[in-house]
Amino acid sequence: MKQLNAIFEGVGSVVQLFLRSASYAGSLPRQWSRFIEQCYLIGYTTLPIVAILSFFIGTVLALEAGYAMEGFGAKEFIGSLVGLSMARELGPMMTAVLLAGRVGSAITAELASMTVYQEIDALKTMNIQAAKILVLPRLAAVLVMMPVLIVIANIVGWFGGSVVARYVSYVGISPEAYFAALRHFTKFKDVINGVEKAEVFGFVVVLVCCDIGLNTRGGPREIGAAVTRAVVVSLILILVLDYFVTKILL
Amino acid sequence: MTRNPFTGAEAVAVGVEVDHVFKEFDGGQDVLRNVSLRVEPGEIFVIMGPSGSGKSVLLRQIAGLDTPTSGRVLVDGLDPALEETRAKVRLALVFQAGALFNSLSVYDNLALYPREHRLGNEAAIRAKVTHALKILSVEDAAEKFPSELSGGMKKRVAIARALVMEPQLLLYDEPTSELDPVMSATITEIIATLKNEYSVTSVVVTHDRELALTIGNRIAILMDGEILLIATPDELRASKDPRITDFLNPVIDIQHPRFKKLETQATT
Repeated sequence: MKQLNAIFEGVGSVVQLFLRSASYAGSLPRQWSRFIEQCYLIGYTTLPIVAILSFFIGTVLALEAGYAMEGFGAKEFIGSLVGLSMARELGPMMTAVLLAGRVGSAITAELASMTVYQEIDALKTMNIQAAKILVLPRLAAVLVMMPVLIVIANIVGWFGGSVVARYVSYVGISPEAYFAALRHFTKFKDVINGVEKAEVFGFVVVLVCCDIGLNTRGGPREIGAAVTRAVVVSLILILVLDYFVTKILL
Repeated sequence: MTRNPFTGAEAVAVGVEVDHVFKEFDGGQDVLRNVSLRVEPGEIFVIMGPSGSGKSVLLRQIAGLDTPTSGRVLVDGLDPALEETRAKVRLALVFQAGALFNSLSVYDNLALYPREHRLGNEAAIRAKVTHALKILSVEDAAEKFPSELSGGMKKRVAIARALVMEPQLLLYDEPTSELDPVMSATITEIIATLKNEYSVTSVVVTHDRELALTIGNRIAILMDGEILLIATPDELRASKDPRITDFLNPVIDIQHPRFKKLETQATT
């Protein structure tokens, strides 16, 4: 019962934070520099690791698909499998997982530290809302940067698959055949669905991580605990939301 | 009436009323018990007491950072916990550890409030920030980050940040804690100067006897969450209440049984 209460309290707190942040949406143009800074942190600094991860997801998908399809002579369809898997599922999900681990944890650590060291209290006494200057620019930045990250993740992942398709002997199909299958089966709508998923994941991850950071209580030791909690909750939410968003989009 | 520390223009002074406040934390621990006091506009009111007596908790209620379990706190007749009140009454709190924004330079720490509330253009803000830094003699630290400052500098920057808000009510939480005697004296002097020159209503929480008796117009002694006495410094010095005299003039007696007990524990 106590845990159920904690879950409802957590959901209520996140919804409140979202509504408070949304109510300051009009102030975003005046927070241009904060928004750009967050775009840099969420997008630019995450890009290399997203690219590396996506490349290897593409290669592994092509390897596994090649191994499975070789048996019944369907190797030409590897491109379609890699294309669809990356665009609809693995691209958005793995990027969101990376976002939770890299950006989400940093957000929680920063906001938890500001809470523990009374910087958030100082903001309150100045009548400056944390939801306005700390949460809103991050939410706006993740909405702008997630599509960019996903599109790059998809392209790099597809390319990774083509490298395996071309150079691993038991797969051995030409890049032309690989990309022809990919183009034939992977529609623009699939990419858009993936982007929509990623937007939901990214937004929820950043919102939850902000909320956990701002609700940290106690001493410096709690900062670490808050970061762990934020990452775990984010990962669970990504997987749970994945089912529901997929169901809606299908 | 108080005067704005920057323009010298007269501003409406605010008073504070704490009315039968109880504060209980989770687990049933009573931190404040039936605390009532009134801070008159323009005075320096000191809340003094030993560690753990609930001083900082009381200050947080006055700052509106926390709400009482029962009773009420009013600043200028309004609930300080409400956003609307903080929009009407300029209330600044100097935190014990400074609570400076670590990711911002000293200059940006001070400029944050006027920028966010759009109190003038960048040139006007620069003038205001520079003036506040000069009052506190920390103008050389403008481009530094809080992590590069000493404890005393942090306190002074925190006071400067509060001044930029042109406060009607200035709250200090242990302004001289963790400072050497020279820096304590400097901070004491700064608080007294701000009161003398600008007549800002001030509430100072401290366990520093010298600070309290030097700057306080009135002093409240808080012990175990209860107000023991509210008096002027002279009345306090003349008090015969043993709890107050023991607190103000502690005598260390190493023959006291409690030391013996420690000694026994150490040998066993």
